[in-house]
Amino acid sequence: MKPAPFRYHAPKTIEEAVETLAEVAGDDGRVLAGGQSLVPIMAFRLAKPAHLVDINGVEALRRLAIDGDKLSIGACVRHAAFHKPVVDGPLGRLLAKVVRHIAHYPIRTRGTFCGSIAHADPASEWCLVAAALDAEMVARSAGGTRTIAARDFFQGIMTTALNENELLTEVRLPILPADTYCGFYEFNRRAGDFAIAMALANYRLQDGKMVEPRVAVGGAEPLPRRIAEAERALAGQAPGKPAFEAAAEAAAKVVEPLDDAITSAEYRRDLVRTVTRRALEQASP
Amino acid sequence: MIEKREITLTINGRKYDVRVDPRRTLVDTIRDDCGQTGTHIGCEHGVCGACTVLLDGEPVRSCLMFAVQAEGRQIRTVEGLANGNELHPLQQAFIDNHGLQCGFCTPGFLMLATGVLEREPDISDEDLLDVLSSNLCRCTGYQNIIKAVRAAAVTMREKARATPGATR
Amino acid sequence: MTQGHNANNKWIGQSVARLEDPPLVRGRGRFAADISFPHQLHMRVVRSSHAHGRIVSVDASAARALPGVVAVWTADDIADVPPIDFREGKIPAFDQYRQPVLATGKVRYVGDPVAAVFAEDPYVAEDAADLVTMEIAELPALLAADADPVEFSAGRNTEVAIIRQGYGDVDAVMRAAPVVVELELAIGRHSGAPLEARGAIGRYDLARDILELHGAAKVPHRNRELLSRMLALPPSSIHVHESHVGGGFGIRGELYPEDVLVCVGSMRLGRPVKWIEDRREHLIAANHSRQQLHRIRAAVDHDGRILAVDDLYFHDQGAYVRTHAARVVHMTAGILPGPYRMPAYRAVGHFRLTNKTPAATYRAPGRYETTFVRERLVDAIATKLGIDPNDVRRRNAISKDEMPYFRPLQALGEEIEHDSGDYVGLLDKLLVALEWDKLKAELAHRRAAGEAVGAGFAMFIEKSGLGPADGVRIEVDTSGAVELITGGASLGQGFETVMAQVCAEGLGVDYKRVRVTHGQTDRIAFGIGAHASRATVMTASATHNGALNVRAKAIEMAAELMQTPAEALDIVDGKVLRKDQPTGPSMTLGEIARHLEPTSKTLGGRVPGLSAEGWFRVEHQVYPYGLHFAVVKVDRGTGGVQVERYAIAYDIGRAINPALVKGQIVGGFAQGLGGALLEEFTYNERGDPLATTFADYLMPTVRETPDVEVLLREDYVSPLNPLGIKGAGESGITGVGAAIASAIDDAIGMPGAVTQIPVTPQRLKQILDGQR
Repeated sequence: MKPAPFRYHAPKTIEEAVETLAEVAGDDGRVLAGGQSLVPIMAFRLAKPAHLVDINGVEALRRLAIDGDKLSIGACVRHAAFHKPVVDGPLGRLLAKVVRHIAHYPIRTRGTFCGSIAHADPASEWCLVAAALDAEMVARSAGGTRTIAARDFFQGIMTTALNENELLTEVRLPILPADTYCGFYEFNRRAGDFAIAMALANYRLQDGKMVEPRVAVGGAEPLPRRIAEAERALAGQAPGKPAFEAAAEAAAKVVEPLDDAITSAEYRRDLVRTVTRRALEQASP
Repeated sequence: MIEKREITLTINGRKYDVRVDPRRTLVDTIRDDCGQTGTHIGCEHGVCGACTVLLDGEPVRSCLMFAVQAEGRQIRTVEGLANGNELHPLQQAFIDNHGLQCGFCTPGFLMLATGVLEREPDISDEDLLDVLSSNLCRCTGYQNIIKAVRAAAVTMREKARATPGATR
Repeated sequence: MTQGHNANNKWIGQSVARLEDPPLVRGRGRFAADISFPHQLHMRVVRSSHAHGRIVSVDASAARALPGVVAVWTADDIADVPPIDFREGKIPAFDQYRQPVLATGKVRYVGDPVAAVFAEDPYVAEDAADLVTMEIAELPALLAADADPVEFSAGRNTEVAIIRQGYGDVDAVMRAAPVVVELELAIGRHSGAPLEARGAIGRYDLARDILELHGAAKVPHRNRELLSRMLALPPSSIHVHESHVGGGFGIRGELYPEDVLVCVGSMRLGRPVKWIEDRREHLIAANHSRQQLHRIRAAVDHDGRILAVDDLYFHDQGAYVRTHAARVVHMTAGILPGPYRMPAYRAVGHFRLTNKTPAATYRAPGRYETTFVRERLVDAIATKLGIDPNDVRRRNAISKDEMPYFRPLQALGEEIEHDSGDYVGLLDKLLVALEWDKLKAELAHRRAAGEAVGAGFAMFIEKSGLGPADGVRIEVDTSGAVELITGGASLGQGFETVMAQVCAEGLGVDYKRVRVTHGQTDRIAFGIGAHASRATVMTASATHNGALNVRAKAIEMAAELMQTPAEALDIVDGKVLRKDQPTGPSMTLGEIARHLEPTSKTLGGRVPGLSAEGWFRVEHQVYPYGLHFAVVKVDRGTGGVQVERYAIAYDIGRAINPALVKGQIVGGFAQGLGGALLEEFTYNERGDPLATTFADYLMPTVRETPDVEVLLREDYVSPLNPLGIKGAGESGITGVGAAIASAIDDAIGMPGAVTQIPVTPQRLKQILDGQR
């Protein structure tokens, strides 16, 4: 399982990186960051990129910082960076909780947050986080920079709004208010495996009722997304079993689950109900 | 024709000058170009962990890196664990606790545990088990591997306390 | 033969550190991929991506033209190489079903070798393999062993044979039966999947006219014999060399097409040929196992005593009959009754081919499967009659007073005779160790509080010590160092250490002074390798006898040199001394070896050398036995199963190294757990394999594997060998499918719910939701 031949480029700056991409993207050039998803695919020869643009040497892409009300995650920030909360409050805690579900420790020392986003595997935990929190993806090419909202970014299995000549340079997550209740629940066959279904939920309380609810589901459909029907079932309700079950039921009803020889759509739909409810239970005050 | 690159890999403190295709994986280079065959290939797609080495102190899957990416980094493999005839506490613990049978997964576990225990000598048992679940073993059923790593962790902590300020 | 006991040299029964470990922990092992020869070529096999089809053409021209490629072969290039024969010899009825080294005329499974590329570099070899194109006229894929057979080749269909074993008038008993229980049970396709994939290096040494095969393990002498037949070479001109092996489990070591290809390649291309399998290849090309469907009925009386069992089963053999021929499907019929009395019995097994990877033996072959079937039957009988399954076991288990118990059934070519044991006694000991009544109450309490927790048992017999004979050679050099040369094989199970312990105790030396040679066909003419848990029984017994022979020779020489009667002498820590003067004058074995050199003045008429052979012959296998116990917790919301607790009780007769035995048992358990909950080779309707990577062939990690409590007993030594040992390699795995299935039923309160393993979350959820 050796990869097919490729030309290797190791730019030192973002400018160099996007210029190289401009040259090679049309000739099946790909970005190499953590490599934890790309290299296995290359080993199976499911992908045979003619060029790899290794961005690990670009210092500026290692930036992880708070910019106003956003957490800015640069393209080379590793999963492992999130093991300890990177920001005070619910967001830091949420990311530290989610990261433990991502593969295994040695994968997390190399794999990158942004790499997961760009790869857009439906079972990716970070993609679910991005969809749930309406993250902003910053894409840069030799022609300029643009920001893509999460709801426009994920388009299908391993399919995003990124053009082949664009480098995802950073992802911005909103710093959640201190009084946000967050929950995340994932089901898989073994610890560290791809999620068969997962849910992320959060809300705040106003006079004991849930406001600004977010419910997002991943792993079960071609892309992760917020489920408006589930959120409606929570808005204005008191947190607790009745509302949580209603939201879970709503989510299960509207999802269009993936179906394959091993895992049926029906089972996934069922799981969506369970994981949504459990994510909400975790978000209990 | 894609040109080979001349690179220098630093493995267990020693420099190896090699000439490799960009696509040549780090594990193949360590094994075949640098002759250090202690690091094993179990799956070549990053799941089993038999290829685990330390890269600047962090456990990584060397089957998921290309050799050209590792120039200038400190690579440590199982061959560098022992100090001459003196085995590393982890190696001794694996022997004492019957933590290996066929031995194929062993170097990967040794490097994984070394990396984690050096970074976090006081790691909780729960976290340690989480880390050990990174690698696959098909022979032992893990029980004795866990025992061995726990025992070695104690030894390593004691050693670290006995020599304050010692590096590595 | 009496055993010499030396107070200072008791190694048997001690959990000594392993001799194998030091190089392995240093990363200085020599696994197949670590072996290289100058100027070697790298082989890459091109495999069919169709499950079934006629080969119209294969075009290797682009591959051959790639720089660095030396040759590309298809079946025509090796037309003179016959298909791979069977280990036991020729079986004319199965001739047509053998696998050709490269697919001829048809491809029959995804992974079937069609061409072989030989190149300077493994990366280039893979590039070239990608350039080989083939035109296949697709044919329908047969994917179920219980579907009607179809044509395999002219005049033959995919039903290779029908196995029949049995005794008594089953039909009459069934007709008159007070109660009949009927089940349909399926064991999923899975296999050993060792962490080291296969590898082989063929090297033809023109200077000596010797063909070397490096890498294949388990049965080096058998493989040599098979190769010599296939390639028409004298066996003595083929040397099979085993070095370190990353797990075998029955999968590695059979002769495969790739082993033959590296041999023929090295001879015809004039350079060593190295082949290292990758993981994807391994999962589609190395032997599969386990997949059987059983339709079983039992007639019982109102107390749950079995009156008759009638089993119809389908064995999914995959695309070809490989080296094991009908071993597994045949043994299934013989071993299914296990530890229970069955006054009348009939087993009819359909040995059928499908368009899947060929199957063969995997740890406890036939026993993992039949233990699942038989113990599900026990649970069903218990449920039907409203009695405790363990009471069903008590009423049916062969008692110790009935030993030796003969059953007119065959397994591995011998009739089954249970040699010794107390099955019910071991059950009782296990229940005491578990504090079963208290545990049962706790589980009931937890269930009342809403948890889906449950427990299950399984009782089984194992078989080991397959003969008929094994021999060793022991040589002591002039420094007193001992070499024990065996025809055994090491798969990582601690073979060297165990043999060294036996040798050391028999001879009177420190076990660390014994070098154990194995897997080298040029060092010893005969060997049985390591399989069927036989190494400990056969090779250890031969070693024991050999050690006593060397001891006798040393003492006889020393008696003359020390002017002391032989009966007064003993050997302790490598020194011959007087029993009544342990600190008095002594002679080292090294000195005695010098006195036995051909030019020695004291040699006399003796055969030179402090060395001897040791042989052991046995007519019968031994049947160790045990029980498994599981506590599981089911997540009703997802169908997920967590094994909270696991215990294994096993009577090993005598444990030479208890730590190693426990290690084998715990390791076997983890594999059994995989088969019960996680591992499965599935196919889509076109016959494409769906579990081709470690991301979809799921093996247990630390997180899924609970600690195992091992209750190791030495209650019944085997009467069949001088050390009383029974072997343990397979006991950890045998009962896992059965025990976990039983525990799941208990946890969800649905007796008989589990009829198929692995119990995936989706399947369990469907059971819970009442859809099946």
